[in-house]
Amino acid sequence: MFNFRRFFLISVPYIWLLLLFLVPFGIVLKISLSDSALAIPPYSPTFDLSAGWAGFREMWAAFDFENFLWLVDDSLYIKAYLSSVWIALVSMILTLLVGYPIAYGMAKAPEEWRPTLMMLIILPFWTSFLIRVYAWIGILGSQGYLNQFLLWIGVIDEPLVLLNTSLAVYIGIVYTYLPFMVLPIYATLEKLDGDLLEAAEDLGCSRISAFWLITVPLSRPGVIAGCFLVFIPVVGEFVIPSLLGGSRTLMIGKVLWDEFFANRDWPLASAVAVILLLILIIPIVLFQRQQQRAQEAGQ
Amino acid sequence: MSEDAEKGAVPTPAFAPWDDPQAKPLIRFQGVTKKFGEFVAIDDLSLDIYEREFFALLGPSGCGKTTLMRMLAGFENPSMGGITLAGRDIVPVPPNKRPVNMMFQSYALFPHLSVADNIAFGLKRSDMAKSEIAGRVDEMLGLVQLRKFAARKPHQISGGQRQRVALARALAKAPKLLLLDEPLGALDRKLREETQFELMDIQEKLGTTFVIVTHDQEEAMTVASRVAVMDNGRLVQVDTPERIYEFPVSRYVADFIGDVNLIEGRIETLTKDCATVVWAETMPPITAGLPQGIGAGEACVFAIRPEKVTISAERPPDAVNALPGKVLDIGYLGNMSTYHVELANGQVIKSQMTNQRRLARRAFSWEDQVWVSFTATGGLILMA
Amino acid sequence: MRNRFSWFNATSLTLGFAFLYLPILILVVYSFNSSKLVTVWAGFSTKWYGELFHDQAFMDAAIVTLKVGLASSTLATVLGTMAAYVLVRGGRFFGRTLFSGMIYAPLVVPDVITGLSLLLLFISIGLDRGIGTIVLAHATFSMCYVSVVVSSRLVSFDRALEEAALDLGCTPWDAFKSVTLPIIAPAVISGWLLAFTLSLDDLVIASFASGPSATTLPMKIFSQVRLGVSPEINALSTILISIVTVGVVTTSVLTKQAAVRRKRQEQEAAKQD
Repeated sequence: MFNFRRFFLISVPYIWLLLLFLVPFGIVLKISLSDSALAIPPYSPTFDLSAGWAGFREMWAAFDFENFLWLVDDSLYIKAYLSSVWIALVSMILTLLVGYPIAYGMAKAPEEWRPTLMMLIILPFWTSFLIRVYAWIGILGSQGYLNQFLLWIGVIDEPLVLLNTSLAVYIGIVYTYLPFMVLPIYATLEKLDGDLLEAAEDLGCSRISAFWLITVPLSRPGVIAGCFLVFIPVVGEFVIPSLLGGSRTLMIGKVLWDEFFANRDWPLASAVAVILLLILIIPIVLFQRQQQRAQEAGQ
Repeated sequence: MSEDAEKGAVPTPAFAPWDDPQAKPLIRFQGVTKKFGEFVAIDDLSLDIYEREFFALLGPSGCGKTTLMRMLAGFENPSMGGITLAGRDIVPVPPNKRPVNMMFQSYALFPHLSVADNIAFGLKRSDMAKSEIAGRVDEMLGLVQLRKFAARKPHQISGGQRQRVALARALAKAPKLLLLDEPLGALDRKLREETQFELMDIQEKLGTTFVIVTHDQEEAMTVASRVAVMDNGRLVQVDTPERIYEFPVSRYVADFIGDVNLIEGRIETLTKDCATVVWAETMPPITAGLPQGIGAGEACVFAIRPEKVTISAERPPDAVNALPGKVLDIGYLGNMSTYHVELANGQVIKSQMTNQRRLARRAFSWEDQVWVSFTATGGLILMA
Repeated sequence: MRNRFSWFNATSLTLGFAFLYLPILILVVYSFNSSKLVTVWAGFSTKWYGELFHDQAFMDAAIVTLKVGLASSTLATVLGTMAAYVLVRGGRFFGRTLFSGMIYAPLVVPDVITGLSLLLLFISIGLDRGIGTIVLAHATFSMCYVSVVVSSRLVSFDRALEEAALDLGCTPWDAFKSVTLPIIAPAVISGWLLAFTLSLDDLVIASFASGPSATTLPMKIFSQVRLGVSPEINALSTILISIVTVGVVTTSVLTKQAAVRRKRQEQEAAKQD
């Protein structure tokens, strides 16, 4: 039975996403195989619909992997990829170290406090990302509040160089991505049955070993979700390295941006995007699977 | 139980259209099969339900009773076969066009609407004039005694009140048929019993045909004029509660409804009015009424309800069936006690006796040697 | 449950929230600094707020951002709610896996890639870039967030409510309008707010999708901030932070009160049996 209402309901968002999400990716892939040219648009071959099938064949023949070879040849790109993944990994671990105690403290807080604490974690999340990163420029600069404070209490004699370093990038990432880590961990810890810990203590565990043997393993789904939620977007991060990082902090999102806006090399920027996506596909698929498993376990 | 409880002697109720060949059924299932993928939920089922009946579909979860009800409401369509309502094929009719209303297990009260608006919901979508709706809502509120709560939201009333709102909402459109899906499942035991009688009163007052789905056999027995016992998508027995209890057609029904002792054996002799069953070498055979469809020498099950089994210290002189054993366990239930008596071959027989005397003067105790006895008509021989 | 904080939890929470809020607090305080040198306190003043409101470029950007935010979040809410309904209630249909993949993927694909791919699309179909293209781009990625929010509500929604509506004579559309929509409305509204915030917040995708004719507030802030800390940006940040804080705190207080009231009513109601 053909149901027009159902067809309409499915096809509108479906076609929207196909046209504005999937097709653009196809275009990125296509342009990544083209050559850079001094023209508008700045690549060739361009596909001319009026040339029909012959035009398509011509375009196909002109495709090559030159841009990808270029990416492999120039060590800048490889370094940028590796350093993005590295920065994402390190900052993921740092965020976990900072975020876990917060999530734990929230979950153990008296029940009437929890909604307030929850709101305090979510509030920055609604506040502009850009502004939160910007706040650190004032703090970390050579004339910044942190240096002023350290000079004033006499720990240092001359200002530290903090801004435009990798350290600043790490601080910025931990700061902005902290809610993504805290919320999933809090969600698992809050559901944790307090009787389990009492049972463990009753059976001879000390508080600390009960924490390691019961709380930590049972909060694993939240930790994993939090880690993915930090790692995946950080790999492609642009704003933080460009505002807080120096020229030595290489991140692929920034490289792509510069390639596109500064060098106007669209085919190369597209090739960078394709590789970035390929790098992210594995963690994305793993994350989806983990989410699905968590959902099934929840039912 | 006295000797005169002959087969068929259960008094026929005055209301029995199913025994009247002239009566036209309100609902007729004809060879209905419903498959979900490979799974057969309803298997070639035929059933007639008559006007003014309070009909119970009883069975364990997954037996197909809910599917059967959802086909009446229009949320499922049969894969094969036909369903008619008052002679009209209702399979192609969508749920919103059927003169059938349903009371949902979760009550499904609209949380954003008041009690009165919930009841008016269906009326506003019927051809009833706007001016009449308020009156009808008030009438329904009166029927379920909730006038005081008309303006409340569903979360502001108790579970029992919600149940009554759901009933009033489903009845407001005066449907030809009301479906009740486990209507009392969410209530606690005491409230459930009270509500069962309320439901019966309302059904009698309105004369609407009710079809109730339940897994609670006591509930089905209490409220229904007829009960259909279902298993694996098939009807096992459709009969009045009394006959289902006293004359189950199979071991499954006997076991599902109420408590029963089941003794496996073989038919030894068949005479004009009774049969004997051998079941253990060291034990005398059991004498019972004639079975249906089982020949001499064939395997069978003898089924007898615990309350039909009497315990005594001495062998009752005139007992048709009497077996020796010792008391294994006594379950004290207040009004009655259940005795578990272990016979010499290890078979355990349950007996239920009313506690006419105080506990201190109870006749039997653990380990006492006793006789269990029952009449020839107390039990039934069923197919193994 | 223990009814007080242990010293360890109190410390970790205090440090954690200090880390989260101190930078914002400093930003807000120094937005009232009278000195042009942002890091040197020279007395209280609101002059940067005045300058901000007289800066035409900022005001224009703010208006563009609002227009984009309102249009894209409304579009995203309609599309996202439809998508959520399809995901939760759609049953099986051709390409369902692809569909749910396309709903979840934009949540994790880096902004630079989304932005780049959309720009290349707009160019290849010859669409003039401006407010319209930013709206399209924002609606596309925020509809995915909306659909996640709405579908999590739909999953916990008692399906019998819709069936009851049909049973009482509603057509499917009537049932959606008069039963489903009012009940999922809070989720739809928070979806809209989320989409609006995402749109207000976005720098990367807007930078790709916009042309020379349209500059959003984040784009304007970004170009200023690259040159270093500026008191005007501090003032602007303070305004934005205040709006968000007032909004979030109010809704959270209101929801909490509603939950408490509801719980009390339910307890009272339960006594009536």
